[in-house]
Amino acid sequence: MLLIDCPHCGARDETEFACGGEAHIARPLAENTISDAEFAEYLFWRDNPKGVFLERWCHTAGCRRWFNAARDTVTHEFIEIYAMGSLPKSKAAKDAYASAWRRQTASEKAAKPAQKTSGKGAKS
Amino acid sequence: MAESPDRGARRLPGGKPKYSVFSLMRNARRYHQDWQQAWRSPEPKKSYDAIIIGGGGHGLATAYYLAAVHRITNIAVIEKGWLGGGNTGRNTTIIRSNYMWDESAAIYDHALKLWEGLTQDLNFNLMFSQRGVLTIAHSWHELREMSRRVHAIRLNGIDSDILTPDQIKKLVPIINIDQSIRYPVMGGFLQRRGGTARHDAVAWGYARAADDLGVDIIQNCEVTGLRRKGNRIEGVETTKGFIKSPKVGCVVAGHCSVLGDMADIRLPIASRPLQALVSEPIKPELDTVIMSNAVHMYISQSDKGEMVLGAGVDKYNSYAQRGSFPVPEHMIAAAVELFPILSRLRMLRHWGGIVDTCPDASPILSKTDVKGLYFNCGWGTGGFKATPGSGHVFADLIANDRPNSIAAPYALDRFQTGLLIDEHGAAGVAH
Repeated sequence: MLLIDCPHCGARDETEFACGGEAHIARPLAENTISDAEFAEYLFWRDNPKGVFLERWCHTAGCRRWFNAARDTVTHEFIEIYAMGSLPKSKAAKDAYASAWRRQTASEKAAKPAQKTSGKGAKS
Repeated sequence: MAESPDRGARRLPGGKPKYSVFSLMRNARRYHQDWQQAWRSPEPKKSYDAIIIGGGGHGLATAYYLAAVHRITNIAVIEKGWLGGGNTGRNTTIIRSNYMWDESAAIYDHALKLWEGLTQDLNFNLMFSQRGVLTIAHSWHELREMSRRVHAIRLNGIDSDILTPDQIKKLVPIINIDQSIRYPVMGGFLQRRGGTARHDAVAWGYARAADDLGVDIIQNCEVTGLRRKGNRIEGVETTKGFIKSPKVGCVVAGHCSVLGDMADIRLPIASRPLQALVSEPIKPELDTVIMSNAVHMYISQSDKGEMVLGAGVDKYNSYAQRGSFPVPEHMIAAAVELFPILSRLRMLRHWGGIVDTCPDASPILSKTDVKGLYFNCGWGTGGFKATPGSGHVFADLIANDRPNSIAAPYALDRFQTGLLIDEHGAAGVAH
């Protein structure tokens, strides 16, 4: 049983949470111009590392709020828990973010807004 | 459905002594001291015509059919651990082909046809037992949905029958069909050709038959890299050095994304723990496989007498081959409600395997953007039943460098075209 430290409620049993899978997948804004292959990167291709994984969790049976976590998929250790819309701060998690192949994909590049927006939807 | 498959059965042409009741008697007289080696443990050669990564059931079946059907015998199977030590040795051994979509019916029934007679093909007792697989419905809605599914399945020529609670009680006397329980038994459907097989024997039987045809099975050898030259595969880097090959098939289930990353191939896979457990052995009392989608549990009794239970995957990605306790707890609660007789049984063993779950709950049998590199993965929680069929069509894909009609719908490009084969519903829990 994982003990997960909800940033809003504190440490609770895993059964109270739902795992939302890979974090930091940005929806391509240029969805009418990118190719089907590029859209598949956003829709289906998933990072599935053996090691540090950046993922989303929701405290479904508690505060019902989402948050991000960096977790090791071999030891199940939670390395860092951080807010939605922000990037990780620990070295291991920062490296995982920067080295993920998704950072190089066309779909992610197409997710950058052309003009300045609040940036809320782009990074989550 | 398609005509009967080319089984490639040549009954150990390489000259291995055949297993039979007579060889058993002969060896018994010699106190079982003289049993021959079932397969060699060779050092890898410098190059092969084809390399299969992964020495589980699917990988060994692929190698066997490449040798037996396609006459490509200069092959190596490279295994990180020991044969059948991954998901092949960790599943609940359920075999069935009652899937709804045509594409699924084609591949799973192809596998079932190969299962029927595989013991003879491989000259290895797989303890294949067509004891029937019964899926239970717990609500009127589920029962209606089930009968719709049964009709679709029957249209594909696959046996399937709806049963009433009384018929179920007759078939499975220990089941509780009392309508007052939280999830009462409202009916179910039975595939009589479904059943179980001895999972280890499947790996060993394929390994022995493949070895007989000249396939090198290399255990304790981890693949550390996939070497490519431009857009073409050159071979694999391993802990025993570089091995050259123009064709590499990856059949590594939970670790397929790790291999994919080595060659910059992206996959839609999430690796999750799938847990199972067995009870202490008891006298024979359950001669059918029972599955329930709503309460999330499947159960059968092994020939040793253990009750074999499984359920759904854990909710998070993992490579740890263990999961969280709430999952088996839930599975036991469901089992005890349906089979009160189990309540005093003790758990004997409990384990987890890492399964490669795919967004549409259907497998991937595909060429990739790298020429000569093929992937067979995404079987998720339901790969065991497909072992012979998966190996058979994957061998065909590797040998001819094009998918046959069964494999074609399972190409990776379905995630671009949108032609998904959504088997979440048909799959139920024991997909």
